[in-house]
Amino acid sequence: MNTKNIMDAKGIERALTRIAHEIIEKNKGAEGMVILGIPTRGAYIAKRLKDILKSIEGVDLPVGAVDATLYRDDIGMKQEQPILKETDIPVSIDNRKIIIVDDVLFTGRTIRAAMNVIMDFGRPSSIQLAVLIDRGHKELPIRPDYIGKNVPTSMQEEVRVHLQEIDGIDEVVVEAE
Amino acid sequence: MNRILIKGGRVIDPVSGIDGLFDVYVFGGKIAAVKPSIPPGSPLEKGGVGDLDDWTIIDATGLIVCPGFIDMHTHLREPGYEYKETIKTGAMAAAAGGFTSIACMANTNPVNDNASVTRYILKKAVEEGVVNVFPVGAISKGLKGETLAEIGDLKEAGCVAVSDDGRPMMNTGLMRLAMEYAGLFNLLVISHCEDMAISAEGVMNEGFTATRLGLKGIPNAAEDIMVARDIALAELTGAKLHIAHVSTKGSVELIRRAKDNGIRISAEVTPHHFTLKDEAVIGYNTNAKMNPPLRSQSDVDALKQGLKDGTIDVIATDHAPQDIVEKEIEFDKAANGIIGLETALSLSLMLVSDNIITLPDLVKKLSANPAKLLGLDNKGALKVGADADVTIIDLNKEWIVDSRELKSKSRNTPFDGWRMKGRAVKTIVGGKVVYEG
Amino acid sequence: MRLKRKDILTIEDLAKDEIELILSTAQSFKEVSEREIKKVPTLRGRTIINLFYEASTRTRTSFEIAAKRMSADAINISASSSSVAKGETLKDTAKNLEAMNPDCIVLRHPSSGAPQVLAGFIKCSVINAGDGSHEHPSQALLDLLTVKEKLGRIDGLKIVIVGDISHSRVARSNIYGFTKLGAEVSVVAPPTMMPSGIASMGCNVKNRIEDAITDADVIMMLRIQLERHKVPLFPTVREYSRLFGLDRKKLGKAKKDIVILHPGPINRGVEIASDIADAPYSLILDQVKNGVAVRMALFYLLLGGSRE
Repeated sequence: MNTKNIMDAKGIERALTRIAHEIIEKNKGAEGMVILGIPTRGAYIAKRLKDILKSIEGVDLPVGAVDATLYRDDIGMKQEQPILKETDIPVSIDNRKIIIVDDVLFTGRTIRAAMNVIMDFGRPSSIQLAVLIDRGHKELPIRPDYIGKNVPTSMQEEVRVHLQEIDGIDEVVVEAE
Repeated sequence: MNRILIKGGRVIDPVSGIDGLFDVYVFGGKIAAVKPSIPPGSPLEKGGVGDLDDWTIIDATGLIVCPGFIDMHTHLREPGYEYKETIKTGAMAAAAGGFTSIACMANTNPVNDNASVTRYILKKAVEEGVVNVFPVGAISKGLKGETLAEIGDLKEAGCVAVSDDGRPMMNTGLMRLAMEYAGLFNLLVISHCEDMAISAEGVMNEGFTATRLGLKGIPNAAEDIMVARDIALAELTGAKLHIAHVSTKGSVELIRRAKDNGIRISAEVTPHHFTLKDEAVIGYNTNAKMNPPLRSQSDVDALKQGLKDGTIDVIATDHAPQDIVEKEIEFDKAANGIIGLETALSLSLMLVSDNIITLPDLVKKLSANPAKLLGLDNKGALKVGADADVTIIDLNKEWIVDSRELKSKSRNTPFDGWRMKGRAVKTIVGGKVVYEG
Repeated sequence: MRLKRKDILTIEDLAKDEIELILSTAQSFKEVSEREIKKVPTLRGRTIINLFYEASTRTRTSFEIAAKRMSADAINISASSSSVAKGETLKDTAKNLEAMNPDCIVLRHPSSGAPQVLAGFIKCSVINAGDGSHEHPSQALLDLLTVKEKLGRIDGLKIVIVGDISHSRVARSNIYGFTKLGAEVSVVAPPTMMPSGIASMGCNVKNRIEDAITDADVIMMLRIQLERHKVPLFPTVREYSRLFGLDRKKLGKAKKDIVILHPGPINRGVEIASDIADAPYSLILDQVKNGVAVRMALFYLLLGGSRE
């Protein structure tokens, strides 16, 4: 296997800081936002973003997790059922700006499912999408509002985000057969 | 006139004390000679040698030749339940299993509790049955356990014993009357021993397996209590008592003691009860559901000991055909019983290969003993003048039970797929070959 | 870890890690029932038949709600309204239902082993919702979830089950479930309600509630099902209640933080005193809540994989 390191700890930190600034800039502040990460790694990135936003803007935004597993469009098509993860939406999301956070954007299907989950919880005023890596190959008309890094990949490659919280290291690698 | 010469087999006839290489000559439906060597064409009987072309020579080299087997416990289902078994199919199954005579129980519809039903069964048996059929009459009218059936008429019509088998006789008073009255005709009283007040809704042996499967159990005591009762009644009345399908250690012990005390008692065991344990039910296998139920290892051991020491006189099948719609259902609703005629011999031979009993002893329990109990004077032995009912066995014949290929009309056997060794290869009834394997 | 089986028939069959997977999945599903829209689209287009040969409002409703919250179509068939009453065999009923192409049949049946018989006849999944005196796996799973949630663990706990052990499918499933996860189970009943050989399932057998309760962490009171006994197995309800019912006096001998389970519906004042049933250490309503989550988990794990 061929592994290529495309981002280190510093790189991740810089990317998230830039995304935080872009969020503030685009929304003219951070008021009224709810940050929802997609488990597993999206949820950790969401927490980090919340911390960065707090240090920049001084607001303590609610952060939660939205697991899209039950809304996936491939239930019953794979041999095995996907493992359920936590959904934790801590506040009412009606008329709030939602930032969905994920580690890697690939086909866009997970984001579609996550949006459907969110819509079943209430009526947000808007939904925005932040991803650490956009690797291309989208199958749905979904475009992130904030991107840490664009990484063109082939279908044979895997993009893996490792985070200190669960992997013991901050890095992004591309694996090829 | 039909002549059969069975040459070169190992002849086992416990009654004559024969066990060795002999030829058996059959003429006119009777055993005409048993001698070390009979050349074809020997002038052995009054009829002369006849035309040699009429002689059927059976080469029995390497085979066992013994008196035809008698199953004293068969359910033929006709009249009334012909969709399960008919006299014709039951007799064919018997022949295929090496049985030349079968005693059929009275729980037909109508019940064999009067001479007309007995005569019907005998007439059908003569017309359609390839083996001898001996009806067992009911003890009580309609098997209801209330009043005596016409036991005298039944005897005269041809019944060889009386039994309410399938229905335990809960009425102790009536059982006493039955034993006393049957004594008048020297008829054997066959008792299905089960105290229904204890067995109640039970569907299998009481114990861990039943508990695990959530099925209601039948304790050994349900049988033991009634065996003890019937022994006491046999002592009181002097009747000839036969305990059907013994399944428990306690029964074996009670019967052994009763015999020691000189009580006229005999007993039978089925091949399934000495072969299988109650674990056979696991998976809700309705083909392991029977009454009495399959018991524990210690019971199986006691049954084998009883066979070995002579406490148990007879191996009988309790052949109980059931249609698939009565078996392919919820366990507690399924009918009791399994077919047994075609597997009995192979299962019994396992007792011989396991050195529990000798081959002559096995032959005795399958022929001479039931003949004696049922008063069949011309059967159960290969002596000159006896009915020419002969079973020829190949001890080395290996076969796999395939329920679809059995002669019985029903398929309810727990032995489907079992590898067996030893099987009847020729069954001769009244001097006629009725089955060739 | 994935669940790789077609049917859920018994707890006895399930491996420890399968039970743990079901419990952790159920834990995730609890949150769904607390959403404003208590419904996820996961099993859209799937058909679940609740085939109930015994009346059971509680269990049937729980399965039905679970199915509906998963967006499956749930159809209820009860014995009284079906061809069962007209004498159709279980096999024929199964074949007829299968012809309608359901994905799962939930079966409640008075005959032990009926779900296993049914599963042998058909290709779709079968969930045992209680069979005779055999097993009631979803009940045991919800009991496990309830205890795990409340006490944080199962391993090392002492569980006491009191009641008609002979006729109880809840007892059998729970004995297997709790012992597989490392708890020590004791069963308590008068000898007339204690089945032969039960200790071989891996539990302690006691005839007095007082002997079992002192070091117990959990006490589970079974419902006395008078309707199941042809002959009463104890002299009077009064005497049973006095000797085997859970009341304040007997509870006084127990640890202070003991919790109480009951599969319901309860006979107040018979197997459990009314004030105890309503006390904070009674988890009876948590059990009901967890029942829906466990059944959602079972549907998800059985039907969430591919049909091939």
